[in-house]
Amino acid sequence: MYRVRRWVVRHSRAFEILYRGLESILIRLDPVWNRLGHARLEAPFSWVERVVKGLLFDCRMCGQCTLGATGMSCPMNCPKQLRNGPCGGVRGDGRCEVKPEMVCVWVDAWTGSQAMKGESDIQVLQEPVDFRLAGSSSWLRVVREASRVTGGDGRGQRPR
Amino acid sequence: MILENEPVPGYSLPLLPGHVSPGRLERLLRAGTFAITSEIDPPDSADPGEVLKRAAIFDGHVDALNATDGSGANCHMSSVGVCSLLTRVGYATILQMSCRDRNRIAMQGEILGAAAMGACNLLCLTGDGVQAGDHPQAKPVFDLDSMSLLTIARGMRDECRFQSGRRLDTPPRIFLGAVENPFAPPHDLRPHRLAKKVAAGAQFFQTQYCFDIEQLRDFMLKVNDLGLLEGPGRVFILPGIGPLATARSARWIRDKVPGVHIPESVIRRLEGALDQKEEGKRLCMELLNQIREMPGVSGAHIMAYRQEHSVAEIIETTGVLEGRVPWYPGRNEPRDLDPESL
Repeated sequence: MYRVRRWVVRHSRAFEILYRGLESILIRLDPVWNRLGHARLEAPFSWVERVVKGLLFDCRMCGQCTLGATGMSCPMNCPKQLRNGPCGGVRGDGRCEVKPEMVCVWVDAWTGSQAMKGESDIQVLQEPVDFRLAGSSSWLRVVREASRVTGGDGRGQRPR
Repeated sequence: MILENEPVPGYSLPLLPGHVSPGRLERLLRAGTFAITSEIDPPDSADPGEVLKRAAIFDGHVDALNATDGSGANCHMSSVGVCSLLTRVGYATILQMSCRDRNRIAMQGEILGAAAMGACNLLCLTGDGVQAGDHPQAKPVFDLDSMSLLTIARGMRDECRFQSGRRLDTPPRIFLGAVENPFAPPHDLRPHRLAKKVAAGAQFFQTQYCFDIEQLRDFMLKVNDLGLLEGPGRVFILPGIGPLATARSARWIRDKVPGVHIPESVIRRLEGALDQKEEGKRLCMELLNQIREMPGVSGAHIMAYRQEHSVAEIIETTGVLEGRVPWYPGRNEPRDLDPESL
């Protein structure tokens, strides 16, 4: 919902803390997820993400969440699905070129990012979307990547 | 300026040390020459002669010609088609590639095809939304954003591979460009976005129409503060300018063309003029003179849609080329250009 997702951006710092906490819990529970099996967890995890992130961020389930680097404003709501900053068509009043009824996702992303601790994460180059991951759980993927990188404790990871 | 080893039309120059492309534009910019680029209006036609006719309008006045890729989301001859025709007779072209209409498979193929046809400069853009053009019912693709396109094109050139990792036999020798709009919100993010594009592979920039010189100056200062205008890895920035025909058309552009910001004072100035078209040209020349004096600027990009003939006058009057006559077919040995013979 448009109004909810804009409210989230206005409270980006709080959501950054919440997300960081959630992420470290998920990563710490990695042995549990491994025992249950990621394949079996995929369906319930993606269901929860679809509902929760759908409500908060208008999540489009791209499967590669970058919220921590986009001021908690989901870039997949951009009609051009830009993941690396705004296009050149943003209107003078900050509204979207394609959908003038909404504020540019990246205008919000910039505002949100400035309130966050990881304010410079918005300058990190994001890779192109892997469309094979659409519909899958982003959280489980983060857990898998963290355990691969750090051997399980997940320290030093950026929030997603 | 006559370059060493002046090209046989359609053939590339030898690659100089520190250069990535065999094109004239990169040579000029790296030599510190104030470069002028402009835009050819692509025909709604399959006639090659029409492309050559439209390019000849700029002969002797511009260093490279942009071939737009469905600009404003309107259908025209493709940029690869236009560039292929132009490079065959020796023009320096800037191939625009927008992410709106093709996925990464098509775009990587086009980069190879265009480079094989002699295109030396690739300008990577996001592209206008389909709602702005003559086919609003079309599917917007946007598989990549301009940033990813730059990264992939650089990978093809420098690492000799597709995004998939599969090897290329011969890499495309292309000078990579991108666009920036210093006049659109969020203004504070714009210099950082330019820096991100540089990190992704952009080596030169053309900007959206500038009608607000102070905003451009502020932007250039911030880009300079980021350290992007010095050293061997420096970027070359060519601000965009263009003549406005009338106050009415200026209003129309401001309201209908995505991303063009025209201050009300400019529109009032046109309204107050006896000859609005002349005043539009005069304003463009003033901006060009101010841009030429601006530290860190490497040239200018003149967009004169449907006023292409005025570019020569703007260049001549301001004298920005300082007596230089950029190469064009027949500059050295005048000859008949017969499109039938292509």
